[in-house]
Amino acid sequence: MYVAVDALLKLQVEMAVTRAAGVFSKFATGKHPLLSGHARRIFSVSSHLAAHKHISFEYKDDVAVIRFNDPASKVNKQSLQLHELADVLGDIWLYRSSKSVVLISGKPGCFLAGADSNMLQSCTTSEEVASLCEEAQKLFRRIEQSRVPIVAAIHGSCVSRGLELATACHYRIATKSKETVLGTPEVMLGLLPGAGGTQRLPKMVGLLGAFDMLLSGKNITADEAKKMGLVDQLVDPLGPGLKSPEERTMEYLEEVAVGVANDLANKKIPLTREKRFRLKLWDAVTGLGPVRKIIYSTVTKRVQKQTKNLYPAPFQIIECVKTGIEHGSNAGYLAEAQSFGKLVMTSESKALIGLHNGRLLCKKNRFGPPEKEVKKLAILGAGLMGAGIAQVSVDKGLTSILKDTTEDAISKGYEKVYKSFDTRVKKKAMISFERDAIMSNLSIQTDYSGFESADMVIEAVFEDLNIKHKVLKEVEAVTPPHCIFATNTSALPVRDIAAASKRPEKVIGIHYFSPVDKMQLVEIVTTDKTSKDTLAAAVSVALKQGKIVVTVKDGPGFYTTRCMGCLLMESLRLLQEGVTATKSDFLATSFGFNVGPFAVTDEVGVDIGLHISEMLCKAFGSRYEGGSLEIVKTMLEKGLKGCKSGKGFFLYGKTKSVNPEVEEILKNHQVTAPSAISSEYDMQYRLLSRCINESLMCLQEGIIQSPLEGDIGAVFGYGFPPMHGGPFRFVDTFGAERLVSLMKRFEDVYGNQFTPCQLLLDHTKDPSKRFYQSSPSLLQY
Amino acid sequence: MASMLMNPIRSCSVSSSWAVRFGARSLSTTAQLQSQVQTKSKKTLARPGVKNIVLVEGVRTPFLLSGTTYADLMPHDLARAALQGLLKRTGIPKDAVDYIIYGTVIQEVKTSNVAREAALGAGFSDKIPAHTVTMACISSNQAMTSSVGLIAAGQCDAVVAGGVEFMSDVPIRHSRKMRKTMLSLNKAKTLGQRLSLIGSIRLAHLSPELPAVAEFSTAETMGHSADRLAAAFGVSRVEQDEFALRSHTLAKKAQDEGLLQDVISFKVPGRDIVSKDNGIRPSSMDQMAKLKPAFVKPHGTVTAANSSFLTDGASAVLVMSEEKALAMGYKPKAYLRDFVYVSQDPKDQLLLGPTYATPKVLERAGLSMSDIDVFEFHEAFAGQIMANLKAMDSDWFAQTYMGRKSKVGTPAMEKFNLWGGSLSLGHPFGATGCRLATTVANRLKKEGGQYGLIAACAAGGQGHAMVIEAYPQ
Repeated sequence: MYVAVDALLKLQVEMAVTRAAGVFSKFATGKHPLLSGHARRIFSVSSHLAAHKHISFEYKDDVAVIRFNDPASKVNKQSLQLHELADVLGDIWLYRSSKSVVLISGKPGCFLAGADSNMLQSCTTSEEVASLCEEAQKLFRRIEQSRVPIVAAIHGSCVSRGLELATACHYRIATKSKETVLGTPEVMLGLLPGAGGTQRLPKMVGLLGAFDMLLSGKNITADEAKKMGLVDQLVDPLGPGLKSPEERTMEYLEEVAVGVANDLANKKIPLTREKRFRLKLWDAVTGLGPVRKIIYSTVTKRVQKQTKNLYPAPFQIIECVKTGIEHGSNAGYLAEAQSFGKLVMTSESKALIGLHNGRLLCKKNRFGPPEKEVKKLAILGAGLMGAGIAQVSVDKGLTSILKDTTEDAISKGYEKVYKSFDTRVKKKAMISFERDAIMSNLSIQTDYSGFESADMVIEAVFEDLNIKHKVLKEVEAVTPPHCIFATNTSALPVRDIAAASKRPEKVIGIHYFSPVDKMQLVEIVTTDKTSKDTLAAAVSVALKQGKIVVTVKDGPGFYTTRCMGCLLMESLRLLQEGVTATKSDFLATSFGFNVGPFAVTDEVGVDIGLHISEMLCKAFGSRYEGGSLEIVKTMLEKGLKGCKSGKGFFLYGKTKSVNPEVEEILKNHQVTAPSAISSEYDMQYRLLSRCINESLMCLQEGIIQSPLEGDIGAVFGYGFPPMHGGPFRFVDTFGAERLVSLMKRFEDVYGNQFTPCQLLLDHTKDPSKRFYQSSPSLLQY
Repeated sequence: MASMLMNPIRSCSVSSSWAVRFGARSLSTTAQLQSQVQTKSKKTLARPGVKNIVLVEGVRTPFLLSGTTYADLMPHDLARAALQGLLKRTGIPKDAVDYIIYGTVIQEVKTSNVAREAALGAGFSDKIPAHTVTMACISSNQAMTSSVGLIAAGQCDAVVAGGVEFMSDVPIRHSRKMRKTMLSLNKAKTLGQRLSLIGSIRLAHLSPELPAVAEFSTAETMGHSADRLAAAFGVSRVEQDEFALRSHTLAKKAQDEGLLQDVISFKVPGRDIVSKDNGIRPSSMDQMAKLKPAFVKPHGTVTAANSSFLTDGASAVLVMSEEKALAMGYKPKAYLRDFVYVSQDPKDQLLLGPTYATPKVLERAGLSMSDIDVFEFHEAFAGQIMANLKAMDSDWFAQTYMGRKSKVGTPAMEKFNLWGGSLSLGHPFGATGCRLATTVANRLKKEGGQYGLIAACAAGGQGHAMVIEAYPQ
């Protein structure tokens, strides 16, 4: 991206004028200031120093060190900082006050934050957003073209706009700290990097590398970034010295960066760097037009397959990258800004941003610290669940006992935990020593020794009330009075389990989802008797385990199981009406569910599915029913238990296929499909409206406390389509009235299973009523 | 106090500081000053009921850069040379020793108990038991303190302690897969089984496995850790180069003046007689500045010139109870007094052993920094020494990381490693500890001091320090 010298000068002059006018975005055509540079500099620097609230800068000999530092916020807010950065750089460019520049954060842990979502929300049109992008694009292009070399010194998270700024600089130095991550996570918010990310990354890390980063939104460690060519130099984090490690590491990073900046200015380090051979080779290959075409189409196809065309952002990203490469930078930047503007206005992006913010809120402990910190866990049951819980605990410093009744069971449980860390050793994400140190937090046993010092017992035994009562009594006989008993049940009411307890205030439900290490959510279930402190302790443990926490009231199926259950009930009916299991799962997945209800049932186990469904039908009566559970009963009689027996609704061989045995069973249960509501659209909304209605009912009944928790629980718990943001946001976007009118049609045929709940009807009566107001961060506690 | 005044050998600067303190004492009665006064009034660290243990003599082979004249030897050859040197120097009868302990780090698998192999070869009676200890760079310190323990417990009266390291040859192994195949081959019964095992060997199995250079618990090499440590304490490249240059200059001077009397001559079979260390090379700051960083690139500060180099060498000392030494007609060189071992975080404080050990051992002995006349600290890296000096001088570090009320202070440089150190003399890992102790004893004698202190860091984040007291002349 070569720019002639005079053009550069013009840019610099424009910058100065912009600064002088105090307007960042508009470009007045001004003349070169007539004041002598020196005098102006003193005047301007002093006047501006006072004005800068979000950055500070100082000269270290010939190097200007600019620090991002927002006193008011934990992370650096970029919008305001970029305004001031433009200001300061404008001065430097105009008066040549330094030979090179270092950009660094004054806060350890964050280089520069991503786009400010409040700012984006204040924009009402996509043009407005696009123009904001263009401002940032212009600044970053000016940085890229600056004749004063600019070094980015990165410690902490350097994502989205932070990464775009860093890539615009001439040299990047990053600390090898675990906190240092680079990436373009915009795609996960339904957006794209709007300040040159789609244009600069392909040049820097190659077309494929750029697509990988942009489309996955994954975090890249400093080491990986160095290998990819994303950063030029790494700096080790330091240990204790004459200052705290954090403070000294930042200082050291700055020292190294200043050294590099000097070397760049003195041409000891060339501005263009030799790429690695592999990258060069890729560049040569992707330099060929036909090869690029193949890449575009392959990537597009893969994205289509993965997103089922439900997310617009990935396609826009591919388009912007393509435009930039095939039609030049100017076209690329324009496309990028406009696409960003459009994407910000999409419901998908709003839903994803809402989820993102909600997720952050659900990762905070709003119940405060417990009286006694939980340090020692005891887990009952070393099966998939128990071992999974141990796995997410031992590496967080929680000493854990894994207890089961047989040596075989505890041995298998230990092996599962060990394997999870050993895999990380094999992938070089951990050294064997760390694995061993983590494993030393786990002890396996078949007796209750050591329970006398446990702070919390989590039981993951078979879902049978009698067994639960038995272990509860056994545990309470050996544990200290402060010890919390957490039951990991997915459907049994916690109050029924607590009925056998001497200390019901210490009994709580923690509903983990399988596989525990992959699923982010836990539901924490309180009964009327559960004490506040027990709740605070359970939440703190779950958060320590890295989970997103949703707190729910006790009730049949709590929240997620109850909503998921009615999806299965309705799917069963579709099956009876002649829709195949594959088709019926497709109806769900094409709407955005990750897996269909039958695949989930097979995964969980058909026996467990039946157990839960029967219990829920009993609890909620006819309104909860749907297809006939006799089908499932017959399946179990024939030994079709799901994945664990190799066959359930599907056959699990080399490929997944519909199980003919189920088709056979269905012959006795066929019903005629009502033609009025059996279009694909109607069938899809029959599935969807039931689980949405159930979610709303949970809020109405006080099972969940806020729409936000309902949405988070639905998306992370039972896989509600993220691009719709959860059932509550869906009602806001789709319209309550529209949903109710659909449900009325279904109600006419099937009766009370489709009767809209009162809360939904309330929203129909008053169209201005919304679950979410302007800000998605409303937690109604 | 009287003893203090009678003590005739004090350098000028030291006595002036005494005077200041003396004055202060009459004005103030704070506990701290009192305790200091008590220490200086100590003429000896001898305690009632505790056996006096003495260092009778210490020797070492010349320390050579690995791959030079010793290249064709084996570790026990070097250890044997040191033992024979000790026998010759002391003239002790070959059966008068009760026990032999050697320290070593990288073990030759053929002679894993190198102490025994060397002792037998050196002509010691085959009735003398011998064992080998390992504790990284403080292995021979461990050998010495183990000897002290044996004597203090009344188990022995005369023990030879030493250390050896041989870096010209290290055990390089077949890969784990290849080893597994080879071991299975041993057990294979039929030709068919053997052939199928041989057939399973892949090219990748042939790549060898080198001895670990990295810390096992952190996977970080020591040089890398030293560079980070220097950066954490803000030690500049120039400071490090200056210290390395000082070490080489002082070593050269000591060598030229014949002060390194612990070095014995060693006739290497097939080669010339070796009688001098060959790693002492005083250079210039300009020359040193040209070197590129060896570990942290490109901005690191630890280079080949300011690090200790891979060295072959062995050392040995004769440790006895005072009674026994006197009974046998020896004039001991020094008392071995209080010692401590410390350990800390092997990641970020890998090389801070001296910082942790020094205040602890001084406290045990009831001495303060200014009571020490001779310091011999192990110089792993110039940056490591400088970082330790800065850490010992920092109240913040002492309070934040060591749980101490205040800093211990830094050793006076005019007493510090005056005859060179590991940077210049060389650092055969397992042998350095005995060199430090012997050097302190020799310097106390030469310079006329009362107390000496040795301190060293070691892999694993461990450290050691020992107070050595001059034997009355």
